[in-house]
Amino acid sequence: MESTKSKYVSTLVHELKPSGIRRFFDMAAGMEGVISLGVGEPDFVTPWHIREAAIASLEEGYTSYTPNAGIMELRKEISYYMNNQFGVAYDPAQEIIVTVGASSAIDIAMRTILDPGDEVIVVEPCFVSYIPMVELAGGVAVQVQAEKENDFKVLPDQIEAVVTEKTKAIMLCSPNNPTGTMLNKSELEGIAHIAKKYDLLIVADEIYAELSYDEEYTSMAAIEGMRERTILVNGFSKGFAMTGWRLGYVCSPAEISSAMLKVHQYGLMCASTMSQYAAVEALKNGRPDVEEMVKSYRRRRNYIVQSFNEMGLDCHIPGGAFYAFPSIQSTGLTSQEFAEQLLMKEGVAVVPGDVFGESGEGHIRCSYATSLEQLQEAVKRIKRFIDHL
Amino acid sequence: MKLTQKEREIVEILEMNARIAAEDVAKMVGLSLEETQQAIQKLEDNKVIIRYISLVDWTKVEEHPGVRAMIDVKVAPKRGVGFDEIAERIYRFDEVNSVYLMSGTYDLSVIVEGKSMNEVANFVSKKLSTLDSVLSTTTHFILKKYKHDGIIFEPENKDKRIVVSP
Repeated sequence: MESTKSKYVSTLVHELKPSGIRRFFDMAAGMEGVISLGVGEPDFVTPWHIREAAIASLEEGYTSYTPNAGIMELRKEISYYMNNQFGVAYDPAQEIIVTVGASSAIDIAMRTILDPGDEVIVVEPCFVSYIPMVELAGGVAVQVQAEKENDFKVLPDQIEAVVTEKTKAIMLCSPNNPTGTMLNKSELEGIAHIAKKYDLLIVADEIYAELSYDEEYTSMAAIEGMRERTILVNGFSKGFAMTGWRLGYVCSPAEISSAMLKVHQYGLMCASTMSQYAAVEALKNGRPDVEEMVKSYRRRRNYIVQSFNEMGLDCHIPGGAFYAFPSIQSTGLTSQEFAEQLLMKEGVAVVPGDVFGESGEGHIRCSYATSLEQLQEAVKRIKRFIDHL
Repeated sequence: MKLTQKEREIVEILEMNARIAAEDVAKMVGLSLEETQQAIQKLEDNKVIIRYISLVDWTKVEEHPGVRAMIDVKVAPKRGVGFDEIAERIYRFDEVNSVYLMSGTYDLSVIVEGKSMNEVANFVSKKLSTLDSVLSTTTHFILKKYKHDGIIFEPENKDKRIVVSP
């Protein structure tokens, strides 16, 4: 995809790698009858009472800007929620900013904390935006590979090995996209220890926190001594099935939060007003919906992981999110070849693991946020594909 | 019968889709096929699962026989047996699909199915209203079924998501 640089485009942006997901999207988009396991969002439509709250806010005429950090009612609800759900207290007036999805929360965090040349340790495989966002903020992404033999859990030693004087922060995502791996309390403590030892921040992307299936979820900010050095990113997209509303939030100590608010106010002004009213309803009355969805994802996870293992694609049990990340090394294909041939021969779209970083090579990301009937058909087709290789 | 967590899961899965293969249920709940089959057998034996039926939209079938009416019935309860005796008299009719004892302005809610409005009207005037304890009836015909027992009849199933996303 090397192209000549337009004189109108900055060198930084020109050199940014295009997302590997884009190519698969273009390939799959034109095809008929494709079963997609490539979708990084819930298959549930936002629960009706949440949608209804947004409609009501429109009827009542709440169509103007909100305060930069978001409506106070929502920030208060987020504060209760963080406290009840994760045991971390944030001041709604000074420590919570409502953002345009978790992505914009990560973006303002990076732009707020990085000076040119500062390093951020990014644990791979990871969401495709982390490294570009670090680079767009003038930073340098230093990649650490979480390994398959550790169920894609990064080890504190691996992080410590790449810490330099320039290191400013560690970017973590648990439960992880694309591996589904969730770090438990003691694993978080190991990483927290490194952060404290070298005085680093942790940018914790906890967007999948609601979707954890086996163990109780621990937030990085709940680890002793970590609240003051954690920039906690969360949002409504995954847990409440609200991806299209573009609503996230970021919680951090007041000194960081007030600085981030400057970036947010100049870049985005505020998040969408109707989405904020919907989110208030989600936090007030959405708990039963989340529980139902989690139950359904858990069953589908169990189904697909066991199906992969039965057909000889070695797959660890992902503790959270809605992705299975089986190894396809036994087929002798690269993850790009596997995904491309699977799409062409059987019409099943998956995402090749290497787009999430080097250590994702040899794997494919399969979202099980799709109906059981579709999963059953996909399993049948993938098995047939492997049998005919 | 007190259900284990796994048994409860099995019931919930079968309640939504009674035709799902036992192998798939086993994978979803994390049991072996044999354990799953035994659990289902036990649920059937204990009548937790009474039977497997299909939810049919008869209006899709040409010349389908049928109208449904909900009839509000006011009755005079009897000493000793309350509403039970008259309820039984009513639910024994084959035309009657359901009978509920209600709070509020009437006593029994009776759902009746017939081949035509005429047939239902005949049932009400000739059989139901003439029962000794029945004081009055109000018949409401159902014109269209939108949602029944939690299931939407014409759901919009289109997946509106883009096919591949990060």
